[in-house]
Amino acid sequence: MSSPPTPAEPLVAVEDVHTFYGKSHILHGVCLTVGRGEVVGLLGRNGVGKSTTLKTIMGLVGPSQGKVVFEGQAITGLPAHKIARMGIAYVPEDRRIFRLLTVMENLRTGLDRQGVTEARKQELLDKLFAYFPRLAERRSQAGGTLSGGEQQMLAIARAMMLEPKIILLDEPTEGLMPRMVSQIREIVEVLHREGVAILLVEQNVPLTLEASQRVYFMEKGMVRHHAVASELKVDDPVIHQYLGV
Amino acid sequence: MSKRSNKSFWIAFSMVSAALIIAPLVLPEFWRRFLTEILIWGLLAMSSDLLIGYTGMVSFGHSAFFGLGMYGAAAALLTVKPANLWLAILYGLCGSAVVAGFVAFFATRLRDIYFAITTLIFSQIFYVIIFTWTDVTGGENGLNFTRPQLGIPGIYTVPFTPELLHWFVLAVVTAAYLILRRITHSPFGMVLQSIRENEARTRAIGYPVERYKIVAVMLSGLFAGLAGVLYAIQNRFAAPDFVYFVVSGEAVIYNVMGGIGTLVGPIVGAGFFLGLRELSGRIFGDQFPYLIPVGLIFIAMVIFLPQGLLGFARRWLNR
Amino acid sequence: MDAIGLVWDWLATHRDIIIIQTVNGIVTGMILALIASGLTLIFGIMDVVNFAHGELFMLGAYVGVVVLAFSGSFWLALVLSTLVVALIGAALQITTLRPLIGRDPLNTILATFGISLVLQNYALWQFGPVPRKLDEPITGQFVLFYLAYPWYRLLIALLSGAIIGGLYLFLKHGTYGIWIRATTQDRVMAQAMGIPVPWVYTGVFAIGAGMAAASGVLFGPLIGINHAMGLDWVLKAFIVVVVGGMGNLGGSIAASIFVSLLEAYAAIVVSPAQAVIVSFVVLILTLLFRPTGLFVPTPK
Repeated sequence: MSSPPTPAEPLVAVEDVHTFYGKSHILHGVCLTVGRGEVVGLLGRNGVGKSTTLKTIMGLVGPSQGKVVFEGQAITGLPAHKIARMGIAYVPEDRRIFRLLTVMENLRTGLDRQGVTEARKQELLDKLFAYFPRLAERRSQAGGTLSGGEQQMLAIARAMMLEPKIILLDEPTEGLMPRMVSQIREIVEVLHREGVAILLVEQNVPLTLEASQRVYFMEKGMVRHHAVASELKVDDPVIHQYLGV
Repeated sequence: MSKRSNKSFWIAFSMVSAALIIAPLVLPEFWRRFLTEILIWGLLAMSSDLLIGYTGMVSFGHSAFFGLGMYGAAAALLTVKPANLWLAILYGLCGSAVVAGFVAFFATRLRDIYFAITTLIFSQIFYVIIFTWTDVTGGENGLNFTRPQLGIPGIYTVPFTPELLHWFVLAVVTAAYLILRRITHSPFGMVLQSIRENEARTRAIGYPVERYKIVAVMLSGLFAGLAGVLYAIQNRFAAPDFVYFVVSGEAVIYNVMGGIGTLVGPIVGAGFFLGLRELSGRIFGDQFPYLIPVGLIFIAMVIFLPQGLLGFARRWLNR
Repeated sequence: MDAIGLVWDWLATHRDIIIIQTVNGIVTGMILALIASGLTLIFGIMDVVNFAHGELFMLGAYVGVVVLAFSGSFWLALVLSTLVVALIGAALQITTLRPLIGRDPLNTILATFGISLVLQNYALWQFGPVPRKLDEPITGQFVLFYLAYPWYRLLIALLSGAIIGGLYLFLKHGTYGIWIRATTQDRVMAQAMGIPVPWVYTGVFAIGAGMAAASGVLFGPLIGINHAMGLDWVLKAFIVVVVGGMGNLGGSIAASIFVSLLEAYAAIVVSPAQAVIVSFVVLILTLLFRPTGLFVPTPK
């Protein structure tokens, strides 16, 4: 099938990015785009460079070649904290919440920003706690004492506090029980409804196909295939080609 | 090492040695002494380089090794008559070996930063002991003694003329350099460098890293002590100032300025630093705080020229 | 037993000086704690061993002398000195330490050593070798038990405690405290959350420098102020930081008081110059038996 149309003015565009870790050439010219409010999936086997792509967008790793463009502006080479403030949030693969900070303090790392009134902060918190009642209960507890699933919720919640235009989600359902997996699915849906774009890296194919509008397939550091999610079935040979063992 | 670079090394070495041998015959006394001092401080810095440049351990304890070498020599020259050169060297080396053993025992278990701080504190411990134990060490005033003669007392001795002293120091420092060079190029030296690169991996491969570090500290201490003995012989006094940790700091400065991990670099660094000091004294006068611009240059070198002067020269030559 | 009787007698005859030395030890301990807190803060958060910390202490004392001379107010001297040296610290960090982030820690040790050299010699050049005097703001003594003890020393201890307490509260509450603690735990994720990590480091260094300066001004009246005063104190501060557990704020405070008390007691029987050996001995024992710090729970 032919490649699906990509948004005319994408929110995020990754253009021919090459990234190295020391001497290892991880990304060999990655190209992808995410439109405003779009949920885009990034699938592929372990080690193909999916996480590295997210880290490159976030500015945590510098590409040796290529550009990352956000809202028409080149953001390649900018420090990560500036990129976060521009509206890109990151939820890493191992959650990495601040274990010694309380839940509330974790949220505040995203909430305490310039230009946000106290009223707005309270609004955001109230909305958040409505979605995550478990976090509300544990708000004074240290992050390290939460269960795996709760930490994942906290990691996503913390990113949401930045009121980002796009969230980079790296394998949010990894290691979670089915009940939590469907909760993640719901959150992605809620974020999509609120107009937040998501770049979703996942191993869970059904969830990705359900939640995304488009999906990219990566192999050996490059994007090899691009499809409209609704046109793909779970047992499609393409899936098998890029994800099968 | 390739045959070609080996040959060019020996050519360069011979040329420099020849120049240093001729030097006392053509230079006025002041500069002759200056050159001898550069060699002595260079030896101290070389010993420090063994730890910093090759093993990756920053030590601020070299003043203790240097100082004990100095006081050890003083002990020999004051207690045994007639003044015996070789005994002075022996006592000095023993003194610094004891201190080095002490430091090695405690400090090698600690990783980088803790090691640096601990060595600093140890040199201060020795400073306080020497400073306050006035009966034995002369306290603040230090000790004065006569310069021994070259040769074997009782069989044949000849007093040190300025030239002879310079050549003796040159011979000792050159021998030390060649020995250290041999050590750093040997399998032992390779392990030290591997420890500097990645200590965890070296340990994982199976090397008893602590033992290598202890030997490195002891070797370093011995050569630093040797420098102390030479200084004592040259200047005929020993003072607690030399045990103060600032002396260690200066050795580290010579290392960084000259280029760590090169052995020759520290001597160049010592020359550069002492030369700068002399120069600024002459141009701006004695009251000028020459250490301010020197300190600024030092900081700039740490940031921009971490490989030191030698590294910079090497890169420039390799263009 | 006879031995106990002897000790008891000795204690009884020396009762006065023991009480005085206890209080002195606590006072010195509080000042040392103030210096050490800054040092351990900088190390714990930035992984930088600040060899120039003693010089910041010294600089603070000198700025205090200058401000006191033209304003006549000790308190103004204290506040201005803290602010000025904090700014100097920030400038130093931005120019010399930021370029070194990510490099071998050896480089920061060397760079801060270079800074200490420059600052010391600058002070020597600017102010000369003759020690300066800083007058205490309040004179007079009060009755401690039945002995006379200077008010000012008590004030130092209280103020040091207040400043350290203030630091603790700042770290525990408030946005910047959260930023600092988050950066310490996970620098990468802190950046991903929009926290300007390079500025957090500058801020922490400035706070540490300010605390060192405050100690310099507070302690100034008790000692002569000269260019080399930082050396002895930075040494003691390093010992205390290692004994207390590097990066452990509570530990360095406890260790400061512990070591200072021991030294104060030792000064009863030996000369002050020799009493410093006490801190060295404590360090050696700590390194032998509890290298992670005396006041730190043993790691499993």
